[in-house]
Amino acid sequence: MAKQNIELIVNGDRYTVAVDPWRTLAEVLREELNLTGTKVGCNQGDCGACTVIMDGRSVSSCLTLAVEAHQRQITTIEGLAPSRTQLHPIQEAFVEAQAVQCGFCTSGMIMSAKNLLDHNPHPTEEEIRAGLSGNLCRCTGYVKIVEAIDLAAKKLDPAGAKEA
Amino acid sequence: MKTNPKLIGQSVPRLDAPQKVTGQAIYTDDIKLPGMLYCKMLTSPLPHARIKRIDVSKARALPGVKDVIIGEDTPKVKYGNWRLVPESQDELPLAVDKVRFVGDEVAAVAALDPEIAEKAISLIEVEYEELPALYTVEDSIADGAPLIHEESKGNVSLVRKINYGDVDGSFASAHYVREDTFRVHAVQHAYMEPCASIAAPDEGGRVTLWTSTQTPYIVQCLLASTLGIPENHVRVMKVAVGGGFGGKMELRPWEFCCAFMALRTGRPVKFLWSRKEDLSFGRRRHGMTLYSKIAFAKDGKLIAKDFQVLLDGGAYNAMGPTATFLCGTFGNMAYRLPAYRYFGRHVYTNKPPASAMRGFGAPQAYFAMESQFSMAAEEMGFDPIDLRIINAMEEGDVIPEVATVSTCGFKESLEKVRELSGWDEKRKNRQPGHGLGISAYSFISGGVFNWFNTKYNFSAAEVRVYDDGTAHLFSMACDIGQGPDTVLRQILAADLGLSIDKVRLTAMDTAQTPKADLGSWGSRVTLMNGNAILEATKKIKEMLIPVLFAEFDLNQIQDLAFEDDHIFVKSNPKKRMSFAQAVYKALRGRRGEPLVAQGYYTPRNKGLVSPAFSFGAQVAEVTVDQDTGLVKVDKIYTAHDCGVPINKKAVEGQLEGAIQMGLGYTLSEQFVMKDGRTLNSTFLDYKVPTALDMPPSESVEVETYEPEGPFGAKEAGEGLAIPTAAAIGHAVYEATGYRCKDLPITPEKVLRGLGKLK
Repeated sequence: MAKQNIELIVNGDRYTVAVDPWRTLAEVLREELNLTGTKVGCNQGDCGACTVIMDGRSVSSCLTLAVEAHQRQITTIEGLAPSRTQLHPIQEAFVEAQAVQCGFCTSGMIMSAKNLLDHNPHPTEEEIRAGLSGNLCRCTGYVKIVEAIDLAAKKLDPAGAKEA
Repeated sequence: MKTNPKLIGQSVPRLDAPQKVTGQAIYTDDIKLPGMLYCKMLTSPLPHARIKRIDVSKARALPGVKDVIIGEDTPKVKYGNWRLVPESQDELPLAVDKVRFVGDEVAAVAALDPEIAEKAISLIEVEYEELPALYTVEDSIADGAPLIHEESKGNVSLVRKINYGDVDGSFASAHYVREDTFRVHAVQHAYMEPCASIAAPDEGGRVTLWTSTQTPYIVQCLLASTLGIPENHVRVMKVAVGGGFGGKMELRPWEFCCAFMALRTGRPVKFLWSRKEDLSFGRRRHGMTLYSKIAFAKDGKLIAKDFQVLLDGGAYNAMGPTATFLCGTFGNMAYRLPAYRYFGRHVYTNKPPASAMRGFGAPQAYFAMESQFSMAAEEMGFDPIDLRIINAMEEGDVIPEVATVSTCGFKESLEKVRELSGWDEKRKNRQPGHGLGISAYSFISGGVFNWFNTKYNFSAAEVRVYDDGTAHLFSMACDIGQGPDTVLRQILAADLGLSIDKVRLTAMDTAQTPKADLGSWGSRVTLMNGNAILEATKKIKEMLIPVLFAEFDLNQIQDLAFEDDHIFVKSNPKKRMSFAQAVYKALRGRRGEPLVAQGYYTPRNKGLVSPAFSFGAQVAEVTVDQDTGLVKVDKIYTAHDCGVPINKKAVEGQLEGAIQMGLGYTLSEQFVMKDGRTLNSTFLDYKVPTALDMPPSESVEVETYEPEGPFGAKEAGEGLAIPTAAAIGHAVYEATGYRCKDLPITPEKVLRGLGKLK
């Protein structure tokens, strides 16, 4: 089967790439666009390390075909902060709460957190845990990740957090 | 307790975190090199077979294939981490005559892209003669069992015996004796980063290897010996590593194959292991059969133990010999034990090799010991925590033939966990289906026994200081996620009184960092590398102290302090100089010779096991659904003695991660195998606990000041992964009356134990 030309809009940048139709979005992000911040922990859709946001919803980029992402808006870990030299409040919270150990799940955790907070700005602990339930971590027991997301919610909307 | 610099104990945010949260941290598979080839490996589909013929001609002829290798093409040098006992080195990068497990590597291909490499692998023809296979230790040691390795009679590759005191006499005269057999299963590290390597040819027949490892020096040495080139022709570099937990501490076949094919083709070669392969063929924690007989006197004193362990080693030794030794040692740690007999056997089976995994023999040995303590307490009429306190080791105790315990917060840990968990109250008001269980542990802070037979010190550090007020640490210590890149800089900064942001780090490059470091295992890194750093910083201070003495014309008896990026006279802090200025003056005084110092650490006069011992106790609170048998852990309480924590949140992080691993070990993780094949090779079927599965937890640290550790520190990495299984097991018993002696505790076993399922 011939390669297909697709247009990807990743972190606001437009890329035109020719891809085999069976290539996953994760592969194209990492191999073609050199956006290696998206990690592949299992390539089976089970671990969540490859989570990115596509048109406002989190997806496992290892289960998403690149051709499905044609002309869709994609945000990866590299595009979360306004620039590569700044941190997004969720990223800040992960650093401050010491929610990072080996870091391999971190990109996916943060993208899942972004998805959660975009749709539910003031989640309860249970909602945070549910929001992370598709992301595996083997280092932290999730404790400080949950704390980081709670902290991030407060950073993103201090007034709302008070009400909640 | 000694006073430490203020940076010690602070939760300095991890210095690598900003890179990791932005996706900028580079892991091995993120690296691409010009002209890079992709490696794939062919593995055995059979658990035990003789290789009759391999035909690679079709694979070699496939366009885009640049190299194909089989065992016969290689130098055929066996390797293994136990260099001290060469006959224990039983592995070849590619099988030569025989394959011994489903997944044993047979051939490798390097091609222009992974798809071509995969296709080429499928074109390799191997003719096997299938041999009878063995899947349990009991079958392997049975009379007449086929031999997996010809040289290992009875399929036992290593025996470890310990014997002291009058064991049989003590049993005969004891007030209370019990014997039990426990069976524990294999589980996997499940590090999130899949194994990956890239080898690039370097000038003069040398090779550079980037690899996801926790033991770069071991990989350097064993890669050199298997390639047949000088040790220092191999340069091993580690980038960020996404977890290891013991699963990445050996030379792996793909590291050899990438390097070997890189040298043959003159091109970089990259390998990435899939999760399916890792779960199917990867290293794992030893399954074991543990027979334990223990005796107590009437006053509750433990008087004897007979401990016999069969370790299911799988097809090769890997780190199994160490597990066999340590299992015996852990069988006799934590409690005073006047008479002890241990008989451990490392047994080959036709399964993926077991190896090191967090706790390394301890989760298994303590599951047996702690379960027995709780059973004995009930039958003898003691409170389970009281029985442990009666027998708990104390500072200054000697573990026979092992070591003297220099610091011990064990009794305090037991008392504190009793208080923290509301033990007495909750046990008084027991609710049906609800239970509390206790388990304790002691663990090592790095190993002494030099099984790798390193010629170098166990840890080394080089410190360079500059007149811009900064310092640079060169260290082979290996951050695999646990945090030494931060903690070691914290130790350096604390001792020289520098701000943490003034300390740079070059870590883990065997060509640049001082020889050597044995790697991240045995909870050794903070203690051993910390000590090496402190020896180096002491030498740096000796270079700077004369500057202040000359500048301020100081009396011989004056002492100096290194704090806040300054050096000053303790009795008169106005007499001060910035660290930068002192370095500048020293540099001038040395006529330009840079201020560089190296420090080393090898435990001396510390016996054969460890220079320091951690202790702790954990209580699990569970609710068991009497109809479904489902165990829900409501809360975990932990009190532990890790000496002085260097970075408090890093220590908390170790505990929190350990609970997750312990929970998985106890309740949800196991391999389902049939005829040597792993049937659950995805994270959907191999159940690592998720955020929703985790119970809340509370903990308290019992601080001791370990004289052998840097600023009083000892281990906090592995010990905490030990107690969870026995604590939950005990709690389940309290809740239901079902006593689990064979992990994991599944709903089926609980219901069967309750007589509700046949």
